[in-house]
Amino acid sequence: MNIVVLVKQVPDTATERKLRPEDNTLDRAASDGVINELDEYAIEEALLLKEKHGGEVTVLSMGPDQATDSIRKALSMGADKAVHLNDDALHGSDALQTAYALSKALGTLEFDVVVLGSESTDARTGVVGAALAEYLGLPQLTLAGKVDIEGRSIRIQRQTDYGHDVVEAELPAVVSVVEKINEPRYPSFKLIMQAKKKPVQKLTAAEAGIDVAKVGLNSAATEVVDAAAAPPRATGTVIKDEGDGGLKAAEFLAAKKFI
Amino acid sequence: MDHRLAPEHAQLRRTVEEFARDEVAPVIGDFYERDAFPYEIVAKMGRMGLFGLPFPEEYGGMGGDYFALCLALEELARVDSSVAITLEAGVSLGAMPIHRFGSEEQKKTWLPRLCSGEALGAFGLTEPGGGSDASATRTTADLVDGAWVVNGTKSFITNSGTDITALATVTAVTGRRPDGRPEISAILVPSDTPGFTVGQKYSKVGWNASDTNELVFTDCRVPEANLVGRRGAGYSQFLRILDEGRIAIAALAVGLAQGCVDESLRYAAEREAFGRTIGGYQAIQFKIADMAARAHTARLAYYDAASRMLADEPFKRQAAIAKLVASNAAMDNARDATQIFGGYGFMNDYPVGRFYRDAKILEIGEGTSEVQRMLIARDLGLPA
Ligand SMILES: Cc1cc2nc3c(=O)[nH]c(=O)nc-3n(C[C@H](O)[C@H](O)[C@H](O)COP(=O)(O)OP(=O)(O)OC[C@H]3O[C@@H](n4cnc5c(N)ncnc54)[C@H](O)[C@@H]3O)c2cc1C
Ligand SMILES: Cc1cc2nc3c(=O)[nH]c(=O)nc-3n(C[C@H](O)[C@H](O)[C@H](O)COP(=O)(O)OP(=O)(O)OC[C@H]3O[C@@H](n4cnc5c(N)ncnc54)[C@H](O)[C@@H]3O)c2cc1C
Repeated sequence: MNIVVLVKQVPDTATERKLRPEDNTLDRAASDGVINELDEYAIEEALLLKEKHGGEVTVLSMGPDQATDSIRKALSMGADKAVHLNDDALHGSDALQTAYALSKALGTLEFDVVVLGSESTDARTGVVGAALAEYLGLPQLTLAGKVDIEGRSIRIQRQTDYGHDVVEAELPAVVSVVEKINEPRYPSFKLIMQAKKKPVQKLTAAEAGIDVAKVGLNSAATEVVDAAAAPPRATGTVIKDEGDGGLKAAEFLAAKKFI
Repeated sequence: MDHRLAPEHAQLRRTVEEFARDEVAPVIGDFYERDAFPYEIVAKMGRMGLFGLPFPEEYGGMGGDYFALCLALEELARVDSSVAITLEAGVSLGAMPIHRFGSEEQKKTWLPRLCSGEALGAFGLTEPGGGSDASATRTTADLVDGAWVVNGTKSFITNSGTDITALATVTAVTGRRPDGRPEISAILVPSDTPGFTVGQKYSKVGWNASDTNELVFTDCRVPEANLVGRRGAGYSQFLRILDEGRIAIAALAVGLAQGCVDESLRYAAEREAFGRTIGGYQAIQFKIADMAARAHTARLAYYDAASRMLADEPFKRQAAIAKLVASNAAMDNARDATQIFGGYGFMNDYPVGRFYRDAKILEIGEGTSEVQRMLIARDLGLPA
């Protein structure tokens, strides 16, 4: 079973995020990069699938030089090797172009299943998985809270607001995961040391067979034209418990449609 | 001359930082309040390989070094000292004597379990009659029919009474030397040996989510092969273990000192008094600046001691200095952080309250500050 896991480096949500004034793209140099949170779940799921079915886990990431940090971390969680798609021509690509570029890079690899997060924490379009499956002409299994593979058939529990759907497809397929699916492991020092020796293949747009006219800021289908900071958060509501605190808390949550 | 971390050390530091923030910080206060041992957290630390950090892979270790252990201790202690001391004692007192001085058989039997964190080891040196003066050891081990028979009491032993405690290595008098002084050896006593009794659990000022008990040995028989290292070498062996351990305790103290800086920075930016955040007042700024300076210098001191140790150079004095300044830094920073938090600093629900209670033991355990000064003075050539 060859598994490719997609990993996006995003700015640490714990630090302040900024857009570059010149083109409204994210200033990735301004903050510490971390692995997109859901991608850690994707890596964990890929490792669990490998532990069960054998094979190899390959990390694929598209991003600038700094993305190496996230690739190293993915390798130290236990992935076997990595491909780093890195080209100035890709800067400013939107979700559709990103999916196109990733589909091309995947074309250079052999795989049975592609695992990715269902959404990033920076741009949060949540469409890369779907668009990628479309470009590859493969079935898409999105929002997976559980994945089972038997022979050439893959079955997931697709998390919904009301419970879950069971969706099945034939391999190869693209699977996006949600938080519920597992608990990502922390890298051990042994794996951190081993990760230093694992191969990371650099891939340019040309090497991946990407038509550079179709990617990058200039030909993007969408453009971020303006941005404004979120208003500061309103102060919380304090409920004083005078014997009916539980009820009041429940009413508050119900009014916000949490329960 | 470079004090920056190698990439693998930096990544380990970051990993443990995330672990402490996400897995320890949210739950540890509750364990602390209840004086309860956090088994689940310790199991997670085990799965991450923290208990195997400085040991070779062939014994289930991570193939790292002692400095890696120190970095992990610092990051844990930034958030909580109880889990940090559980790791410190498990590795540097529980497993290390076996690794450094044990037979091949002992290593194969015990290290894999200790490295995985599924089992904990303890180290019993201190006795009711004295800790600083190791020659005051009263516990005895007599060789009878091919077995050591251990009798005595050990005080304040970390990790000695948990559900997963597998063994205690204890120092005991095994005879008299030609000059009449006691011959001290180290004996490995599995916790399921008849006569191994976990005595009273202490009610402690700090480190409340760690395990500290009295151990009582009553005609406790273990095979002759459970001697750790050479007979009569117990004293010099534990001096080596304690020298190393001082670097680890220094790292732990630096973590606490840094945790005080982290918490104070956060609080000073939030809390308002007389119409502005208290972080705007120079009195608070200078406190935090001093705290940061103490944490930084103490960190450099333990980095230096660790780098000497790893380079096989003499490090006794540097380790004692590191422990002395780091435990001072922890005490001073805990006092200042509590002050910055005002009344909330005196409440147990804030981490600084725990820092305050956890700091004092750092000037006592694994050699008091007086003992560190004695070691430094002797190393400088002053008369014993
Ligand atoms: C503030 C901001 C706003 C933006 N708005 C838009 C917009 O409205 N429309 C638009 O088309 N683009 C937008 N972009 C551009 C967008 O960041 C990138 O094109 C991005 O790749 C789109 O995917 P996403 O992060 O939303 O992916 P999602 O679909 O949310 O991510 C799903 C998964 O796809 C995988 N993935 C995504 N990117 C990569 C990658 N580079 N390498 C490897 N795996 C990856 C990861 O596994 C991730 O978990 C915006 C960018 C910023 C910074
Ligand atoms: C929570 C906790 C966990 C511990 N865990 C362990 C463990 O796992 N294993 C273990 O073996 N021990 C453990 N200890 C014991 C600890 O190491 C000892 O308490 C410490 O070494 C001091 O020994 P003591 O308490 O007997 O003090 P004493 O040796 O009686 O010292 C009392 C005071 O006299 C001072 N003093 C002593 N001699 C001199 C001198 N020559 N000149 C000047 N001043 C001197 C000391 O510095 C101290 O201030 C632990 C203690 C605690 C509190």
